Amino acid sequence: MVELAAPSGRGRPRIRVERVAAPSRLASALVPVVSIALALAASGVLLLAAGENPIAVYRAMLRGALGDRNGFAETLVKTIPLLLTGLGVAVAFRMRLWNIGAEGQLYLGAIAAAGTGLYLVPGAPAPLLIGGMLVAGLVGGAAWGLIPGALRAFLGANEIITSLMLNYVAILFSEYLVHGPWRDPSSFGFPGSPALPEAADLPRWGTTRVHLGLLFGLVAAALLWGTLRRTRWGYEVGVMGANPRAARYAGMPTRRTILAVMALSGALCGLAGMSELAGIGHQLQRNLSPGYGYTAIIVAWLGRLHPGGIVLVAFLLAAILVGGDQLQSSMGLPAAIAPMLQGTILFFLLGGEALVRYRLAWGATVPSRDPGGRERA
Amino acid sequence: MIHDERSPAIEMRGIGKRFGATAANADVDFVARFGEVHALVGENGAGKSTLMSILAGLYRPDAGTLAIGGRPVRLRSPREAIGLGVGMVYQHFMLVEPFTVAENVLLGQERAGPWLETGAVERELRELGERYGLAVDPRAPVWTLSVGEQQRVEILRLLHRGAKILILDEPTAVLTPQEAAGLVRTLRGLAADGFCIVFISHKLDEVLAVADRVTVLRRGRVVGSVAAAESDRRSLARLMVGRELASLVERPAEEPHEAVATGEPVLELAGLRAEGDAGRPALAGIDLAVRAGETVGVAGVAGNGQRELAETITGLRRASGGRVRIGGADATNRSPGEIARAGVAHVPEDRLADGLIGGMDLAGNAILRRYRRPPLARGPFVVARAVAAFADRLLKEHGVAAPGRRTRLGTLSGGNQQKLLLGRELAGEPRLIVAVHPTRGVDVGATEAIHALLRAQRERGAATLLISEDLDELLALADRIAVLFEGRVMGIVPAAGADPERLGLLMAGVDGGGVAPVRRVAVAGG
Amino acid sequence: MDEVLSVAFLTSVLAAAIPAGTAILYACLGELLCERAGVLNLGVEGMMLMGALGGVAATLWSGSVWVGTLGALLVGAGMASIHAVLTVGLGANQVVSGLALTLFGGGFSAFLGQDLVGRPVPATFGDLAVPVLADIPEIGRILFRQDALVYVSYALVPLLWLFIGRTRAGLRLRAVGERPEAADAMGVSVGRLRALYVVLGGALAGVGGAAISLGTNPGWQEGMTAGRGRIAVALVIFAGWNPLRAALGAYLFGGVEAGQFRLQGAGVPVSSFFLNMLPYLFTIAVLVLATREAARRRLGGPAALGRPYAREERG
Repeated sequence: MVELAAPSGRGRPRIRVERVAAPSRLASALVPVVSIALALAASGVLLLAAGENPIAVYRAMLRGALGDRNGFAETLVKTIPLLLTGLGVAVAFRMRLWNIGAEGQLYLGAIAAAGTGLYLVPGAPAPLLIGGMLVAGLVGGAAWGLIPGALRAFLGANEIITSLMLNYVAILFSEYLVHGPWRDPSSFGFPGSPALPEAADLPRWGTTRVHLGLLFGLVAAALLWGTLRRTRWGYEVGVMGANPRAARYAGMPTRRTILAVMALSGALCGLAGMSELAGIGHQLQRNLSPGYGYTAIIVAWLGRLHPGGIVLVAFLLAAILVGGDQLQSSMGLPAAIAPMLQGTILFFLLGGEALVRYRLAWGATVPSRDPGGRERA
Repeated sequence: MIHDERSPAIEMRGIGKRFGATAANADVDFVARFGEVHALVGENGAGKSTLMSILAGLYRPDAGTLAIGGRPVRLRSPREAIGLGVGMVYQHFMLVEPFTVAENVLLGQERAGPWLETGAVERELRELGERYGLAVDPRAPVWTLSVGEQQRVEILRLLHRGAKILILDEPTAVLTPQEAAGLVRTLRGLAADGFCIVFISHKLDEVLAVADRVTVLRRGRVVGSVAAAESDRRSLARLMVGRELASLVERPAEEPHEAVATGEPVLELAGLRAEGDAGRPALAGIDLAVRAGETVGVAGVAGNGQRELAETITGLRRASGGRVRIGGADATNRSPGEIARAGVAHVPEDRLADGLIGGMDLAGNAILRRYRRPPLARGPFVVARAVAAFADRLLKEHGVAAPGRRTRLGTLSGGNQQKLLLGRELAGEPRLIVAVHPTRGVDVGATEAIHALLRAQRERGAATLLISEDLDELLALADRIAVLFEGRVMGIVPAAGADPERLGLLMAGVDGGGVAPVRRVAVAGG
Repeated sequence: MDEVLSVAFLTSVLAAAIPAGTAILYACLGELLCERAGVLNLGVEGMMLMGALGGVAATLWSGSVWVGTLGALLVGAGMASIHAVLTVGLGANQVVSGLALTLFGGGFSAFLGQDLVGRPVPATFGDLAVPVLADIPEIGRILFRQDALVYVSYALVPLLWLFIGRTRAGLRLRAVGERPEAADAMGVSVGRLRALYVVLGGALAGVGGAAISLGTNPGWQEGMTAGRGRIAVALVIFAGWNPLRAALGAYLFGGVEAGQFRLQGAGVPVSSFFLNMLPYLFTIAVLVLATREAARRRLGGPAALGRPYAREERG
């Protein structure tokens, strides 16, 4: 089929790039794997150019993240927020709602949970206290997600920018709280709220820092998977994301679903904030999240918006984060290699996704659309 | 570019262009001269727009040659075409709305100097406007202009760029009768000044009013090229509707219609009105009834309200007046979901845009209408086993060629997609079926299968409103045929023994087989 | 309190607002060009950081602050060209690509700059007093005792305003962001122009980074742009895609930055957090207003922003 020789008398062979109706499943599944490999290679070149041995760097990262019990536990600790926010982002993305406000929703969840634990029911017994904070975290995140959701559903305002802007507002609001009204009077140096009551601490796994949040994340992933796959609502989300006009044709309630999806997305991110607060920080403080809400976008994208994929990818990216942190002590390199790697992975993923939508064709005319055939090839 | 006035303005020979499996143009010859208005007519999908897009440099032909002003050329872009004096006014205007008229005219023009000087252009535009009756304020932002004025901007822009050959793609479709009359005057004036005007249309009265010559396309081929003065609507309609008319008349014997078991009216339309996408009236008071066990075909040239009719009945478009009754109950302006629940199946015109989800698997597409109800749903849940069984049964019953229900819909052929859609829509034993072009873009085998399905539904007692541009299809399936023209029912004729010629005339807006003018366009100096 | 209201205090705040706002302004003007061409680039922070680092490195290498600025410009442009290839060339998701650029730029600059942290830059942009003008009371101190990059930005703002609104090239730029199909039909090469402005936007973001690392805070620090890239993105919308209003906005936020330290220093209890929220809240408000078609037209927001363009034949 492929002709490399020039057809005689017609000059050069024409090589054209043409769109493919639907990339094959195999190609779609391979893209994340290949893009990670290419990103590691490309970053390796950058490291090499900067005078580092990439093999040594990657090995140190791997050992730091997964080489021993501590590293592995830390990786699980960082998996928790990435998993929860990744799931939250993915729900919205499935409906083509570009919620990039996970970071802000995480903060609002933490703020609401902290307020509940510190001021609303501070004396409650552990199950009640944790339960109250859990609900507060979900509600706080959901409320923050509903703002861009409502602006989109009722006014048609672009949710990309509004949700992004609300991230900065949320972070500033938390800073205001820890510098101002919620500031712990007994802490002199660092701004932060008073510590939560001990009953609010999430149970931990042995002596590690791995906490109950991991269970939240896994349960959320399972529930979400079931919801998307097994419920009428999940099906509606899928149809609305894939073809909004067909959703209208089938009589689905578009506005209500936008609101519900944004609330759910925000709630999952809020839960991430709550679990960071109650599992790790135990007080509301600055830099509660080192940008988990943004990394979540990579998690969701690399995980193909699939809850199972997201569990895997959250763990992988957590390992990169922890590995990056470990580089500091083991090789004296900055932890920032982690976001650099994440960014590179994302570049290759975007490029790869675009490229599987095209193919090269030789010769004069090939049908611009070729339904069927390719899939089974 | 100096045009040799003796050579044809446009000379296209043996033009061929394929999109996928369908040939939009096949071996088309088209010649137009300076100083004439040349109409290109044909039904929707006859290949008019494709041919002209090739001339305008937007598409490249697969075969054939093109000469402009007597010089053979190969166009690679609209820019090159404009450089050779060929300009096209598209149906969807290519204007930047926040820009002023003058700025739109200047966009992309090579002129000396970095600055945006609109003074000179504004003057030139005023002169051109006065000369050809294209008055428009050059300083007005385009978004403040009416549709007719925006069209004038498009024409002015081409004139200002020195175009000598103007192609207008169904220019009157968006105009009021007064604006259309003005446009016709303008085009005649331009032709008198030596321009070559190509006028794409399927409104025959208009074509006869404005054109010197008429070329008729059918299914991608030229079926005739005649002088307007030696032609009339009747002969043009005959050409447009097709030469297989003879075979059509013999056809009914092959597909006998049983005596119509007329039941209760299922769909009743009374004075139904609706606006089109451009906000212009698309349905101007439709009265029509379809009874149980009856198939009513809707014929008409594209753009006479067919799409709007289907959308208004199924709740996708707001009715601005009149009533829709389904099964005796009022269903005017109900939501699409409510109407579907009232037992209405809808085969939409553009299946991939409206009725199917290309990125989902076949099972997901199969359950679109019934995922809310048992047995597919139990409470808030969708029952996977029931979905699988339903999807498998649907695929099997309707012979959808696919590896399985997990296959992505977008990878199926058009015919298989349509079989799935029809199977889905008919699975609920609907009492009313609204089917729009159910076999468009579908291969012969699938067409047969789809026709068989629709016939079975009629025998089951369903009421069917079948909207199609394919007269063969209407004659084969319908009991009665209603002809739409400009948003009105021009006439309703029994399909058995229907005279295709009369149908063609009704489609062209000619009432009752006579030659009573429907709408005369005033022509000054033409 | 009286001290705060004095002319001298105000002058000092305003004089500090200008250089603080200049870095934001450069980045904002770059993003403005990019968005006018219809491409959203959320990677401004990453491009600024790389530019800041590039500026320091090139200055260390050459000893010249101008070579340093050129370095920053090229690094910023290089970063943006990744975005151009992905979003314009391949039609990839602009939001995700921009975020990737921010992650990558932040990480890569921290990694590359690890040895430069704390190294003094041999040359920086010092304040230059403009003869005569600098002696105008108050105004002279505020506007005309600044560094060279500030003066360049004084010229750049009206020039860009003229360019966008009054030149043929500006007309093409706006057309490509507003209605790419129309521009394409009129023979404007949409892809090439979009890519050009994405890269140009990155170059300006790079200069914005240099305005910090060679101007207001000389030297390299990890993450030294401290969110100015984010503010720049917000400001573009807030400014309604207009360079003059962008300058106003940038100085306003420069003023918030400069004022909050001085006010706190003077013992006035203000919450800078709510002040800092303003650009973001305003941006949301502007976006909501712009959902009304008529308002959008008056604001001039590019209609095709964020929408990839590919000429497609019917299939």
